Amino acid sequence: MSWVLVMPIAVPFLTAVVAFLARSYPAGRWISLAGSVLTLIASAVLMAAVLDEGVIAAQMSNWDAPFGITLVADYLSAVMVVITAITGLATAIYALGEIPEETEALGFYALFQTLIAGVTGAFLTGDLFNLYVWFEVMLIASFSLLVIGGGKERLDAGIKYVALNLVSTLIFLSGIGLLYGITGTLNMADMRDAVANAENQGLVTVLAMMFMVGFGVKAAVFPLFFWLPASYHTPYFAISAVFAGLLTKVGVYALMRMFTLVFVGDVGFTHEILIWVSLFTMFTGVIGAAAQTDFRKILSFHIISQIGYMTLGLALFTPLALMGGVFYLVHHIIVKANLFFVAGLAKQYAGDTDLNRIGGLYKSAPLLAALFIIPAFSLAGFPPLSGFWAKYLIVKAALELNAWFVTFVSLLVGLLTIYSMTKIWGMAFWKPHPDGIDPTPDRAPPQVTRSMIIPIAGLAAMTIVIGFYPEPFVQFAETAATQLLDPTDYVTSVLGVQP
Amino acid sequence: MEALTAIVIGGLTAASVYLMLARNFMRFLFGLVLLSNAANLTIFASGRMTKGHPALVPYGEDAPLGVVGNALPQALVLTAIVIGFGLLAFTLALAFEGYRRMKSVDTDEMRFAEPKEDTTK
Repeated sequence: MSWVLVMPIAVPFLTAVVAFLARSYPAGRWISLAGSVLTLIASAVLMAAVLDEGVIAAQMSNWDAPFGITLVADYLSAVMVVITAITGLATAIYALGEIPEETEALGFYALFQTLIAGVTGAFLTGDLFNLYVWFEVMLIASFSLLVIGGGKERLDAGIKYVALNLVSTLIFLSGIGLLYGITGTLNMADMRDAVANAENQGLVTVLAMMFMVGFGVKAAVFPLFFWLPASYHTPYFAISAVFAGLLTKVGVYALMRMFTLVFVGDVGFTHEILIWVSLFTMFTGVIGAAAQTDFRKILSFHIISQIGYMTLGLALFTPLALMGGVFYLVHHIIVKANLFFVAGLAKQYAGDTDLNRIGGLYKSAPLLAALFIIPAFSLAGFPPLSGFWAKYLIVKAALELNAWFVTFVSLLVGLLTIYSMTKIWGMAFWKPHPDGIDPTPDRAPPQVTRSMIIPIAGLAAMTIVIGFYPEPFVQFAETAATQLLDPTDYVTSVLGVQP
Repeated sequence: MEALTAIVIGGLTAASVYLMLARNFMRFLFGLVLLSNAANLTIFASGRMTKGHPALVPYGEDAPLGVVGNALPQALVLTAIVIGFGLLAFTLALAFEGYRRMKSVDTDEMRFAEPKEDTTK
């Protein structure tokens, strides 16, 4: 049983080691690709086990919980691991076309696989301090990936990204220390009861706020998101896609985990704050995007705006809302990574990402235009694409609570999202190229184009499948939400017997 | 002992916030170091302090005898120090490379990834 849980973390780590040794040879990139395929298989096995048996847990080195480190997978963890592996595979293919050889020789694939291992570890761990360690694995890999390749822009972005993320990590770390001081445990399942029985509930709420700030910076919620638009438009496109898809979602996942499992004593206070934070996140993100004219900067601000929907699903704290939140999380990773991939290919064809300096892509690359329309309109929430169902669930949950203002903001932000997407469409695809040139696909070597368009097409196909056939995914999200709101299974499988 | 540690942590945090509010990135980094130490001390102190009883198992025994200091926070702090050290080394290298390329450690002048602030208004 424990192998099922360990493999999705171990495979990318081993791949990283081998890819590092082979970094100067062409074999390195194929090792990375093979490793990503194996990771996907391992995570599919994990998903099958979770679907079969419900929540599964494994004690590392046979140190029984709550003393040892527990790996645990419920529905939410399992789906996050699978989606991480899918994004990882898509990025590994995309990187074949985009990443130049000299960057490969610096150990690009080793860092990338370490990032995937760190993200997967964060999703699977059931131990709070271990979560901190996975955060650090993920962070150090992401720091290096952000600045790899050099240049003033990347270094500037890297410094801001590193600085703000380190501060948030230290807040998180202090929170862990103090929470351990109150509860005497680090195991998240064990902590649930210990926190509920703690004498000083006021202190628990203060700690909840520390965790909200720590994770909030990672998740890029208002008013803690400033590192994101400062940095996400500078690295390689493969990297910004994997960052956009996965990194902020680890913060959202950690929020969802802690604020459904541990900090549920004062929902009226903590989750009310989360509602307002979410609304401001949604609104400032989408307004920020409206002011930008760079392909990736627009998309970066939209990450922030969409994060708001996910935390809103958590903040409303009803089964339907959480279900919407989980569905949103999965849908968003696919769509957002894909949009960054499209931006990269658009740059290959048209030569830039500034929308004022490109154009004419609809005429010269109709396939890319079609592949842009799918994630873009899914992001904006057009039926029948996946984003429609995600927004539908959240808005319905808000309506059921008679939260009219929340509903209004959700719908308004959806509308403004369409504005940004049509702006990209109009300026990059419809208007003629300002230099009068015809941005033909021939400008990029065919094998580059091929390895870049395959992941775009694959992720777009997934968006369509989720959109037209949402029932199994919605049912899955429903079970995940039920498990989050009633973590009895989670606690039982981690601690062995019901305490 | 706890009171003294709490004051030290408070002092470290205050100093680090003061340093981190500076525009100079190096001062920010030093603030970060202090904050990281404050976090480590917090973990150490929250495991409760026991004076003069190291968590050692006597020869021939399976478990420590009597009351000993809590060993877990020490293990956590050790991990956190190692990780913090690695991250700091990376950040220093990054700051140096940033200084070499951008010719500045003033964060107001580091405006290559973002548009420059409009000072004419």
